[in-house]
This record gives sequence, structure tokens and C-alpha cells, in this order.
Amino acid sequence: MTDNAMIKIQNISKWYGDFCVLKDCATSVDRGEVVVVCGPSGSGKSTLIKTVNGLEPVQSGQIFVGDVEVSDPNSDLTTLRSKIGMVFQHFELYPHMNVRENLCLAQEKVLHRSRDEAVARSEALLERVGLMGHIDKMPGQLSGGQQQRVAIARGLAMDPIAMLFDEPTSALDPEMINEVLDVMVELAEEGMTMMVVTHEMGFARKVANRIIFMDEGEIIEDRPTLEFFTNPESDRAKDFLSKILNH
Amino acid sequence: MGDFDFQVIEASLPFLWQGLQVSLMLTGLAMVGGIIFGTLLALMRLSKFRSLSLVAATYVNLLRSIPLILVIFWFYFLVPLAIGRPIGNFYSALIAFVIFEAAYYSEIMRAGIQSVSKGQVSAGQASGLNYWQIQWHIVLPQAFRNMIPILITQGIVLFQDTSLVFVVSLRDFMTASSIVAKTEGRLVEMYLFAACVYFVFCFAGSYFVRRLKNRISV
Repeated sequence: MTDNAMIKIQNISKWYGDFCVLKDCATSVDRGEVVVVCGPSGSGKSTLIKTVNGLEPVQSGQIFVGDVEVSDPNSDLTTLRSKIGMVFQHFELYPHMNVRENLCLAQEKVLHRSRDEAVARSEALLERVGLMGHIDKMPGQLSGGQQQRVAIARGLAMDPIAMLFDEPTSALDPEMINEVLDVMVELAEEGMTMMVVTHEMGFARKVANRIIFMDEGEIIEDRPTLEFFTNPESDRAKDFLSKILNH
Repeated sequence: MGDFDFQVIEASLPFLWQGLQVSLMLTGLAMVGGIIFGTLLALMRLSKFRSLSLVAATYVNLLRSIPLILVIFWFYFLVPLAIGRPIGNFYSALIAFVIFEAAYYSEIMRAGIQSVSKGQVSAGQASGLNYWQIQWHIVLPQAFRNMIPILITQGIVLFQDTSLVFVVSLRDFMTASSIVAKTEGRLVEMYLFAACVYFVFCFAGSYFVRRLKNRISV
């Protein structure tokens, strides 16, 4: 673990009753690093990523983002969360607000930006994800891919220090996956610190510095991308890769 | 038989109109108050603090087990005792309705709040919004919109229930009709007319709700 680590996860465990969702997980993400978390469904990868901004509490272990301890109940989580963007599998745009308001809400209420500032920032980001023309539309009028790009812009509008992606393309029709991945690749290349839960191994190969492979709540492998793909250590990772890459 | 006199209705229309205004005003204000108070109760009921949740649950279950007419009666006698001066039968009836209807509206709003996906709350939390901001800007607008037809339907029931204010001799539409019926000796005509008026209002309300449901579901 280097001093450059922005996100530090130290031996966290979590149970739902008797069921262990996370088993003694430890890893870290450096500033500017892109880490992809993969593994079979139910392996705890979504839960792991949600512990980083405290959406999922843990029962033991510690999580640090910068110098804030997320796992400390006395920490100011709302301030921390405003600095970490999150993108969800099902977009979670606010359906009763148009695209502009979706982007402005937290900017105004949390960062206390003026209306003009918030709108200007929103417009710049929508321009960047190629959706400026849709600023007055309601989320329901957009395709899945467009909604997810708006959701990414919404996260970026807070000028986050890191972005978390929880299966951002799993709910999309195949023809819309690339438009979302393109935005994410661009973001990674600009040096954004990212933690991405995904099955898109092409994306992982292209931009990830490291791959974390999970199974049954445990981190089985945590290695540089090339190593992971060419020479996975565990049988479980080999098995997973053969299933996901062979078609 | 055959000796009906519907003239009496026309002659007493201004008087009846005053009564109807009281009924409509009581319904409108009690709906607004009941929905606001009911929403607070619903938030308490769904709170992670067990004591708040218990207080709200007790309140709702208690109020739903008492006849409305008793609540109206109580407040007429209790409120002056509590504050040391009479507040008049309109306000005592209004408070009674708000208190009583809140129990029903809270159950409707609770269902509405639960109909908003948990992911919406997560999205709000993830962007750093606090509990009240999430409820006010994200959850409640959606809950309210999902529940509008049921809230109005409950309002129609409330409109019919306002006729119970005769127990505190508040001159609503029903009481006004009743007074005319008795003083003019035209019971059948007046009660028939009163029934028609209630029917028209409630039927129009239900029709509006059906239209609204179709619009929302599209």
C-alpha cells in the first residue's frame, strides 16, 4: 500500500445475518488509477464498491478516502460523498426533473453554487458527453445509453476526486454500451481515479491499471491488468475468464 | 303522493349555497392539512429511529379505530378546555378532520414513499444530499405523484364525511338542507336534492380520478 493511495480498504467484512457478503477484503486505489472489479454475480463486487462512499456499512475493518475514515460513524459522510461521483446500474436519474435539474440539484444544494454557476457547469459537461441538445428533456424521453451518459455528467458536475461505477452498462441494450464506455475511457485517459464494477473485459484491458477478481465475498486476485488476463493465478479466475471471454 | 314541491329548493338556493361553501372549504382545508400532517407521520413511521416509528404507528392505529363522529365531538369540547377559550365549531371541526384524516393519508403516503425505488435514495445520498433534501427534492415529489389518484379518492370520502359536522351544529350543506327540509316541511324533496348534489360532486371526482389514472399510466 503506497502513500499515494486515495482509497484504502483495510480488512473489511460484512454479514447479512449469517451470510458473509464481504470476507476480510483489503485493497487500495491510487490517485489517477483505474481499477476494475469483476467476478461472478453474487460475489460481493457491487457491495465492495458501495462501501467506499458508505452506502453499504461494514461490520469490521476500516475504509479511508483521502484522510476521511468512511467506516467511522462520526465522519461527515455527506461531505465526503459529494466528492465521490457514483454511477448506478439503473442510472437513477430523478424522473420528475429534466436533465438540467438532475445535474443542478446537488451542485446547488450541497456545493451551494449559484444557479448560473451550476447551469454553466451542467452545460459544459453535457456538451462533453454529447447531450447538450437534450438539456430540457425528461429522463424518460432518453434512451438508456443517453440516460447513463447524463448520469455520468451528473456525477462529474460535483467535480469529484474519484468516480465509482456500479455495473454501468449491465442494464443497457448492446448497441448502447459503447457510447457509455467511450465516455468512461475518455475519463480514464484524463487521469480520473476510477473504481469500476463491470463485465466489459475489453474496457478493462484497454484502461484498467489493475483488476480485482472477487468470488464469494473474497478478493481472490488483485493484480496488474496484463498479468491478470495472461496469467491468472487461481482456478476460479481462470474458470471465470474462460466463461466470459470465449464468445 | 304526487304532491311534491320542488319550488322550495330554488327559493332556498342562497342558503344552501352557503352550506355547500362550508362543506367544500372544510374538505379542501382538511385535505391539505391532513396530507401535510399525514406525510410527516409517514416519514416518522418509516424512520430508522424505532421510537418515532412506534409513536406514528400507535397514532395511526388509534385514530383508525375510533369513529370519526367521536373525534369531531371530542375536539369541540376538548380544544376550548385546552386553550381556555372557544374557537368556534368550524375550526374545531377542521382540527378534528385534519387529525383524523392524517391517519389515513399517512398510510397512503407511506405506500407512496415505498413505491419510490431505493436506488433513488442511494443516488441522492451518493451526491451528498442530506436526509431532508433527499425526501423533499427526490422522494416526496415522486411519492406524491404516484399517489395523487388515491389521495383524491380519499378526499371524496372526506367530502361525504363532512356531513357529520351536524353534531357540532356547524351549518354545512347537509345541515343546511336539513334545516330547510324541516322548516318548510319538505323532507323528501330536500333530502333527494341533497343526495343528488353529493352524488354529482363525488361522481365528478371519481371520473376525474379515472381520467388522471389513465394519463399517469401512459
